[in-house]
Order: sequence, then structure tokens, then C-alpha cells
Amino acid sequence: MATTTYREAIRAAHREALTKDPRVFLMGEDVGKYGGSYAVSKGLLAEFGPERIRDTPLSESTFVGAGIGAALGGMRPIVEVMTVNFSLLALDQIVNNAATIRHMSGGQFSVPLVIRMATGAGRQLAAQHAHSLEGWYAHIPGIRIVAPATLEDARGMLWSALQDPDPVLIFEHQTLYNLEGSLADNAGAVDIDRAAVRRAGRDVSLVTYGGTLGRTMQAAESLAAEGIDAEVVDLRSLRPLDMPTILGSVKKTHRAVIVDEGWKSGSLSAELMARLVEQAFFDLDAPLARVCTAEVPIPYPKHLEDAAVPQPPAIIAAVRGIVNRRG
Amino acid sequence: MSLEAGVIHGVNREHPLRLLHEMLRIRRFEEKCAELYSAGKIRGFLHLYIGEEAVAAGAMPALGPDDAIVATYREHGHAIARGIPMDRLMAEMFGKQEGCSRGRGGSMHVFDAATRFYGGNAIVGGGLPIAVGLALSDQMQHRPRVTACFFGDGAVAEGEFHESMNLAALWKLPVLFMCENNLYAMGTRVERAQSQTDLATKARSYLMGAESVDGMDVEAVESATRQAAEAVRRGNGPMFLEFRTYRFRAHSMFDAELYRDKAEVEEWKRRDPIVMFSKALAERGVVTDALIAAFDTSVSDEVNQAVEFAEAGTWEAIADLTKDVYTPPDNSRPASTGAV
Repeated sequence: MATTTYREAIRAAHREALTKDPRVFLMGEDVGKYGGSYAVSKGLLAEFGPERIRDTPLSESTFVGAGIGAALGGMRPIVEVMTVNFSLLALDQIVNNAATIRHMSGGQFSVPLVIRMATGAGRQLAAQHAHSLEGWYAHIPGIRIVAPATLEDARGMLWSALQDPDPVLIFEHQTLYNLEGSLADNAGAVDIDRAAVRRAGRDVSLVTYGGTLGRTMQAAESLAAEGIDAEVVDLRSLRPLDMPTILGSVKKTHRAVIVDEGWKSGSLSAELMARLVEQAFFDLDAPLARVCTAEVPIPYPKHLEDAAVPQPPAIIAAVRGIVNRRG
Repeated sequence: MSLEAGVIHGVNREHPLRLLHEMLRIRRFEEKCAELYSAGKIRGFLHLYIGEEAVAAGAMPALGPDDAIVATYREHGHAIARGIPMDRLMAEMFGKQEGCSRGRGGSMHVFDAATRFYGGNAIVGGGLPIAVGLALSDQMQHRPRVTACFFGDGAVAEGEFHESMNLAALWKLPVLFMCENNLYAMGTRVERAQSQTDLATKARSYLMGAESVDGMDVEAVESATRQAAEAVRRGNGPMFLEFRTYRFRAHSMFDAELYRDKAEVEEWKRRDPIVMFSKALAERGVVTDALIAAFDTSVSDEVNQAVEFAEAGTWEAIADLTKDVYTPPDNSRPASTGAV
């Protein structure tokens, strides 16, 4: 075991991919000389050279589209987009091309492209750098969406995503990059199909992913002190959703709270609740609940930003609201 | 018509006849499509290339089988000239599973792996970044290939055009930008959409070789494309060719053409690429009326056979609706259910 960070784990994953597969290359804004806006790719330029660590002009649509073309041409590109808000400039390429080409071409062409981007609030970056739009992307058939929330997943999801013949978007919550912990020396690829139960419990299922996993775990520990035994499910994959694991948990605890840093309206949390109602209605002992971001653009001041996004007290309150009801 | 590049240009009788034949195949195919659209056999949007045939017919012989094509939603001509069998193209127009995209794409989304035909893109400008990426993959894999990217004057107003020109020039990528300037972005004439109407000037501002070509002259198109493709293939970076052309038909079958004068259309029709080239070849003694009549017969037969093929084609089973949204799992990689 070695001590590392989420950032270093992602960097190690890049190093492994670049070493093992000559078709892999990284491109994006400031991934080379600058070392990556979140310093994920620091040192990779010196190690792998400018042919494989490519700084691009600020042109999201074209460098994402070039990733699609390069994937069609036999490469295995990793495209880094600085933040999910900037990815909106590349929405045409992601939604109209990456997601459609396989189906629209009758299965002749697939797009083995990996797009990574930072998401989420927590660093006072205000309303154009801090949104959580991964749920939007999870709406789109033809792409796969994953969100590593742990060091193991930060280390292991990239390689699995690169083995996928279809486009995979990896969402890295910006508050996780400094997450520190220990990681097995032989840590490597992990599956990107299944949700994981991060804490087993009997009384309620807390379903979350990415940046809110840590806050949900904190809430679960506090709840344990007051006698509520919460199970925490980390989605890991936002599309497809691993419904067997989610349903397995909810059918055991009979209660569920969804914690999602996206907004409520038209959201991933809404989708999860709808599926639980469709598939587990008679197993529920209480109404479903959710803790999401307030319906505002993320504000700059720390107290307002903190108030906008899901925090442990709100998660605890939501759990109390459904656990203390009589079933 | 075969695809092999380097057929001796202009020195034999066969090659110019091939060019004429190719333009006729496109013209007759599309005339039949218009008829079938009225008959309800072809649905959705149908954008005809009639009037612009010299561009696709002239450009394709200058490219090789390993080169890649990225086209737009007005791509029937490119597909035919590239060598996609007309019957499979017609089946695609019908939406039949024998179509070159299994009927999934229709008129606007022609794909064909065998001829490296990467669509059929119905987002104006959307194909340019993909062409840049295909060229990047060739450059990184040291393959002496060219990606020919067709788009219209409308795309020149899109951000993706400028981003793609910049990146291709910056990285010296082997892209041949093929701008078909038919003067109208749907109904908006180029003067009403562009501050700089000389489109080659825009390309030159990215320090890219650029040339404007008479897009109604099939031999001029071929010659310019051949020279540009050779330069691109040598690793000199991208090139931009503007083909000045005109569509004789409406933008799509729903267009009442309120934005242009009939007189203007008639004026351009006098420069019909097929009529002009037929005349030129007759003057050179390469073609006779009898030969043209024979061409007409053989092309009509081919078109009719394509229609028969499409009519006889089958509908994809509804059970296959979600097939190929994702690549089906196999044993060689981790399980991926493709489920939502």
C-alpha cells in the first residue's frame, strides 16, 4: 500500500495506458506544458512527448470532434475538457456525433473515445465552472457515463473506459483531486459496469456518486451514532445504471434517499426515483426522498456555495424524515 | 466506375467519358429520388445535389481507396462517385436494411466502411472536426492518406469551421477542405451571411494553401483536387479548395425558393456541368450523340435496378431497434450490458 491522491491515481492511470497501448494519446487545453488545469497530467509531456500529450487551442468542439475522428481512424484518444461547463461548447460533437455514429451507420463504425472532465462545486469557482451536468449526459443513449469517487476508481476506471469500443465520459469531481489515501501497489483496472455498496446497513439506502459520496458517508456515520444504520450505494456508472445493485439495497432496507449534486428538475435523481417507483414500489416502507443542489446557478461566496449543494446535515435530515415514519 | 486513383488524366478517351458517366449517374439517380419522394417512397428531408455534380464526380477520381471522405447531408453525389453501389444507396433512401447504413440514416446519413465514407452529417460544420481527427490518426500512424472533407458555404459561418481550419493548419494535418460554395446557406445568400465573401481568403488567413475553382467544370475540379491532394499527401499540411457551383433544385423538397430569382437559376442552368462537358467532349471528338444515348440507357437501367433492389429490400425488425446503440459485448473485453 502506498499513500497517494485522487489526482495522482488518475495520472498513474494515464501513465499505464500510455505505456501499454501505443494508440493512446491525451489531448486538451493545457494538458502539456501547463500540466493540466487540475495538474492531473503534470509530468506526462516530459515522459511521453508532445506527439502523445497534445496541447490544443481553446476550441472544445473541434478537439472533441478530432477525438471522435481519431478514434474512428484507429487511435484511442483521451480528451480532457477542463470543466463540464466548457464541455457545453462541444455538445454538438458529443451528442450529435459520438453518441450517434454507431447506430446511425448501422453498426459499421464505433467510436472508442474517452472524454474526461472536472465537475461539481466546492472551490468557489461560481456559476460557469462548478455545475454538475453529468446527469444531463446520462440522458443520452450511445455514450457511457462514469464517475470515480474513490482512489481505486480514479486509478482503475480509465483503462476500462479505454477498452470500451464506445464513447465513455469520465466525470471527476473537482473537490476530489486532493483526496488522500492508500492504494494497493498493484491497483489497476476496475469494472465500470456496477454500483458498489460502500457501507452496508439495514435501515435506509443512501444512493449517491462522485463528489457527494464522502459527504454521504459522513452523514451515515453520524446517523449510526443515533441508531440509524444506513447503507451507502455508490453508483459509479451513471449510464447505464446498475439497477440490480440499487434494487438489491432498497429491497433490503425498504427506504431510499438519493443524494445528487445535480439540480432536482429533470435530473438523474428524478430518474432514480422514477425507477425505484417502477421497480420497487411494493418494497418501499416510506416515500422516497432526495437531497440535491438548490435550483440556482452556483454562487461564488463560500457560505452560499455550501448552502447550495448537498451537505451532511441535509442528508441526515432527509433520512430522519423517512426513517422515523412508521412503515 | 471503379475507385482506383491515378487513372491517366486527360490523355485518353476513357477517362473523360468516365467523368461524364459519373455525373449522369448522379443526376439520374437524384431525378429518380425526387420522383420517389413525391410518391412517398422516400421520406424525411431530401437535399438534391443536381447542378453540383461536377464537384463530386471530379474530386473522387483524384483520391485513393485509402483516403477518407467526410460529407454533408447533400451527399448522394459524393457517395455515388466514391463507389458506394447505387442499389445500396437507394435502399438507404427507402430506409431498408439492405441500405448502406442499414436504413438507419436515410438520405442525410450515408456511411460506408468499405469506401471509408464517414457520413452524411446533417449538422452544418459538424463533419469538419471529425475530418481533422481522421487526419490526425493518419499523421500519428504515419499513413500517407488524405481526408477529404466536403462542406458548403453555410458551414464557413460556423465556429467549427474556424476551429478546424486553425487546428488542421497548426498541426499540419492531411485534410483537404472541399468547400462547395453554391451561394446559399439554405435561403441565405453568401453576401447576407459573410463579411468576407471570398472564402479562400479566410483559409489563407490560417496560412493554408487555398484556391477557388470553377465547380461547374469537372476537369477543373479534378485537376485542382489532384494537385491539392498530392500536396496534402506530401505532408505539407491542409489545403482549402472552394468550388463555385450552384444547386438547380430547391434546398430540400419543402423549399418554395422565395429567396432567389428564377432568372438567376436559369442563368446558372446555362452552365449545367453535364451539358457543358458533353459539348466540350463532342467538340474534341471524344463523344457522339449515339454514345450519350447509350450512356443514358445504361444509367437508366442502373437506376431502375437500384429502385427494384430498394423495393425488394426488407424492413429491419423492430426487435433490432436498439441494436448498435452500443457495441454488443463479446468475450474479449469486460462485460458491458448496453442496458440503460
